[in-house]
Amino acid sequence: MTCMETLSAYAFRSIGLGERMLPKANITLCEQFTLIGSGLIWNIYYGALALFAGFFLANALALAKAAQNPWLRKPAEWFIFTFRGSPLFIQFFLAYQVFVLLPKGGVELGGITVHTDWLTKAWAGALVVLFLNTAAYSAEIFYGALRSVPKGDIEAADAYGITGFARFRRILWPTMLRLGWPAYTNEAIFLFHATTLVFFSSFPAFRQQGDALYYAAYFADKTYNPFIPYPIVGFYFICLTLLLTWAFNSVNRRLNRHLPSNQRARIRLRPQLIR
Amino acid sequence: MFAHCADPSALGGLNWLLCYLTSGKHLLFYYSFGTVLVLLAVTAPVALGMGFLGAMAARAHNRALSLVGKAYMLMVRGIPDIIFFMFFVIALDQGLETVAHHLRCPDWTEPIRTALEFKVCPEAKIPPNSAPQYVHQIYGFALAVVTFAIVFGAFAANVLYGAMNAVPRAQLETAEAYGLSPRQVFRRILVPQMWVYALPGLSNLWLILIKATPLLFLLGVNDIVYWAQELGGSKTDSYAYPHGDWRLWYFLFLLAFYLAFTRVSEVVLGRLTARLSRGQATMAGEAMRKAGA
Repeated sequence: MTCMETLSAYAFRSIGLGERMLPKANITLCEQFTLIGSGLIWNIYYGALALFAGFFLANALALAKAAQNPWLRKPAEWFIFTFRGSPLFIQFFLAYQVFVLLPKGGVELGGITVHTDWLTKAWAGALVVLFLNTAAYSAEIFYGALRSVPKGDIEAADAYGITGFARFRRILWPTMLRLGWPAYTNEAIFLFHATTLVFFSSFPAFRQQGDALYYAAYFADKTYNPFIPYPIVGFYFICLTLLLTWAFNSVNRRLNRHLPSNQRARIRLRPQLIR
Repeated sequence: MFAHCADPSALGGLNWLLCYLTSGKHLLFYYSFGTVLVLLAVTAPVALGMGFLGAMAARAHNRALSLVGKAYMLMVRGIPDIIFFMFFVIALDQGLETVAHHLRCPDWTEPIRTALEFKVCPEAKIPPNSAPQYVHQIYGFALAVVTFAIVFGAFAANVLYGAMNAVPRAQLETAEAYGLSPRQVFRRILVPQMWVYALPGLSNLWLILIKATPLLFLLGVNDIVYWAQELGGSKTDSYAYPHGDWRLWYFLFLLAFYLAFTRVSEVVLGRLTARLSRGQATMAGEAMRKAGA
């Protein structure tokens, strides 16, 4: 097969399109690049969706943790502690066991049958876990940022008569985002890194449709040569990291656009957020 | 373990549970917690040492050495750590076997690496094929420890490099003005002061390291995740203690273990931070001075 044929056969293999059989013998470099790249679709799918949905839950959780009312604060604190204090790996295993135990036929809720079997599939179950996990990590970041909003900003808002939700929406929230953004960028990067765990924990890869690391491990297993497939995954992830940094940087610039250039927050990569 | 556990089928209730939880396989399960603790106890200092070397290399005046240190630090930033775990275990194993192959079978003519296999002469196998099972297990565990140390050393290098740069420049300049040599400045001024700056990062790293221990399972070590899978799976009547699928409870137990471990670590590290902040020219140290006065 030429490289173009390989590309058309395997480019979307990870989502079930194209050639069904994975290459078994005479594995070429092109095949490795194509299949691992195809697996990257899953990493991007998990990372992007979990990040997007997690952002909203994280904001709510950060506010709940900062709330005076213990009925709001305590559950938020426990949620954040549970997901930040335990390994993502164990969370995957546990979630899978819970989802498997759900009744096969679905749950009767007020006359409507809610199907639950899709939760045992990786595309939904692992996404739920990643979503809750990133929400907890981001909530802690936003909570810290919320606590470091300068007192003067709030006093100024009070002096202008801005109160309640308007004060939150126009003063507190933008400042919180601005202060938390560099840390949140790191969270996003390490969330994408964490997506590689999905097919290595309990969620099975359906019809050999896995993520980038799944195919890399497949090739390493077939060729007994780790020196080609793993660097390829590494290469793809460096590209992904650069892309993410660029995207988050442009948001960061927008959040900081009213500040003089020497006060702007810079994004620095700090590997302190792996799960 | 207990004498009355000899016939489990005759037991009931609490007695059954007691015997079940002290069966031979469960004892192995409890020992595997020891495996995790050993891994932590060995990896943490080694990783810290590697990190220290990495940070020192990155600060070196020698261009090449500095590049090596910086490359080591950069390694973990863009690439998921799990890829290193998967990679290093095979790469280290093959590297060792290749070296052994060249040493022990110099007149072996077949290629070591072909398209579909990696083959060294039988004498170069590490551990030897004839070795008992536990040697294989120890070798696997040792590979895992080295891998953990390499990866976490890179994280520690990041933290220590930042901490070394955070020590106020004036402190070092004062020392230089007193005529201390660069080596003395490093040993007497920089290193004692950097720990307080490094501690938040290192505490974080310790928590990350705790949370990375289930990856041992991926590296093929019989750790707590392995035993939870093994013991929790449903057992038919042919087993001494038949039961349904209890994996959920085993994993809940693991979750509780990790949460408790994290919590205890957080408390201890909090105390350590307070201890190290005493008398330091930082905000925390200043606050303590004021509170004491």
